[in-house]
Amino acid sequence: MAFTFKKRSNLPGFGLALGYTVLYLSLIVLIPLAATFLKASSLSWQQFWHIAASPRAVASYRLTFGASLIGALINLVFGVLVAWVLVRYSFPGKRLFDSLVDLPFALPTAVAGIALTQIYAPNGWLGRPLASIGIKSAYSPLGVAIALTFIGLPFVVRSVQPVLEDMDKELEEAAASLGASRWQTFSRVVLPTILPAALAGFAMAFARAVGEYGSVVFISGNMPMRTEITPLLIITKLDQYDYAGATAIAVVMLVFSLVLLLPINLLQKWSSSREEKAAELVPEKIGTLGAGA
Amino acid sequence: MQRVATAATGESAAVRWILIGVAVFFLGLFIFLPLAIVFSEAFAKGLGVYWASLRTPDALSAIGLTLLAAGIAVPLNLVFGVAAAWAIGKFEFAGKSLLITLIDLPFSVSPVVSGLIYVLLFGLQGLLGPWLARHDLQVIFAVPGIVLATIFVTFPFVARELIPLLQAQGQEEEEAAIALGASGWQTFFRVSLPNIKWGLLYGVILCNARAMGEFGAVSVVSGHIRGRTNTMPLHVEILYNEYQFAAAFAVASLLALLALATLVAKTVVEWRARRQLAESALWNGEAV
Repeated sequence: MAFTFKKRSNLPGFGLALGYTVLYLSLIVLIPLAATFLKASSLSWQQFWHIAASPRAVASYRLTFGASLIGALINLVFGVLVAWVLVRYSFPGKRLFDSLVDLPFALPTAVAGIALTQIYAPNGWLGRPLASIGIKSAYSPLGVAIALTFIGLPFVVRSVQPVLEDMDKELEEAAASLGASRWQTFSRVVLPTILPAALAGFAMAFARAVGEYGSVVFISGNMPMRTEITPLLIITKLDQYDYAGATAIAVVMLVFSLVLLLPINLLQKWSSSREEKAAELVPEKIGTLGAGA
Repeated sequence: MQRVATAATGESAAVRWILIGVAVFFLGLFIFLPLAIVFSEAFAKGLGVYWASLRTPDALSAIGLTLLAAGIAVPLNLVFGVAAAWAIGKFEFAGKSLLITLIDLPFSVSPVVSGLIYVLLFGLQGLLGPWLARHDLQVIFAVPGIVLATIFVTFPFVARELIPLLQAQGQEEEEAAIALGASGWQTFFRVSLPNIKWGLLYGVILCNARAMGEFGAVSVVSGHIRGRTNTMPLHVEILYNEYQFAAAFAVASLLALLALATLVAKTVVEWRARRQLAESALWNGEAV
């Protein structure tokens, strides 16, 4: 090979392994994705804009992104709290709770969807008491936010948990010995350390929620302009044989998820570099806290 | 001294129990309640209805199709995952981080879009649709489309578990095996594979759970033909929309059991992997 594509190695199998990887990746992922963009390019810019910015599509973006943001924010707050409780405290059933945090990853989304709908339906376990105080949960935007909170639950917990586990307790002891209150120690020592991981988890929960379909369609009620999420709009257009419409909306979603990959990667890099630095930070932290307190 | 340090870096009992209470309430609301309602609704009309709903021809064919799709998708993604991890974990080459990003791509695509891309390629209106129709081949609204969509959504699972493992292990053990005259395949099966077996199993478990539970992508390509192109999650949807709640939740309870089994297997594998890591660290320490 003329240029040094690959460094010398004594191990065999590079050509076969890489060749197969690239071939399979192309057949399953790259070519179908490229075909979608090719199909979209058969639309003129005006046609594309007419579909992608139609009132019904815009209403669906607003609901999808809004409810995803609410779900991810709830998970940011409660995810940090759950991670903290699971790492720092011991209580009966802790290991069970710890393993079940991953349930939203393992439970098929359709099952989650019908279960949540049954709970929050007007005659459901929680839907009835909520309805009696005038809150409509299922078949409303609130229902969408509930489903998207469920689906994003593990991300923040699983992202923050290892950082808390690796965190040196000496940092907190030093802060406390210098007179910081427990809250000051938490907000100035613990929080900055876990922040990148928490934000990475938040971004992943948000990205996952935006594309989610199965757990939402049952509970949302699917009213155009009111409770119709963007993935459902794609399916509706497909059912009406409106391939151009479905493709245009799909391209909007694809571009969005590709754009979101960048901040997620950056946050993950920031988080792992922050973890490595944690040890070096000890003297510095004591300094700032001493000055502050 | 120990007590002073604990008091300074711990919370008062009241704060501790309030935080535990809030966490337990949150997990109870979003994890335990949905699980509880699946089983309570599944058995709401008694064991007889439960068994009967699982043994209808449509339910059985949905179970069969789900097993078939996972049975094809998981081994294919396993072979791919091992190949990708070998190339990425053991060699340095240009474009490596781009390749890793591309492998992860299916995770960031909405399930509905994952199904749609195959409709746009293989459907009647699609790029290859006319050619397939001329040759009397059907991919969309048929089993091949379901298998393809399942492969796509579970594509990265095994690869992303194995890549960091193979990377972390370095090449010394394999190079030693090669130097001692082992063939490439022998080196892989006798040296590399035993080192990554728990990670591999972990990836397969997650891949399988998602393959059997996938809904959005499969829903787009399936066409919902009862007894022919319905997987278990799609069968659940049909029953639920027909207000056959007991039957819908009966089939759903099988999927929930699969999810619980996945979590148990995952916990066990994580525990074994940690022990293997600790043992190998100990062994290396002694060897030095």
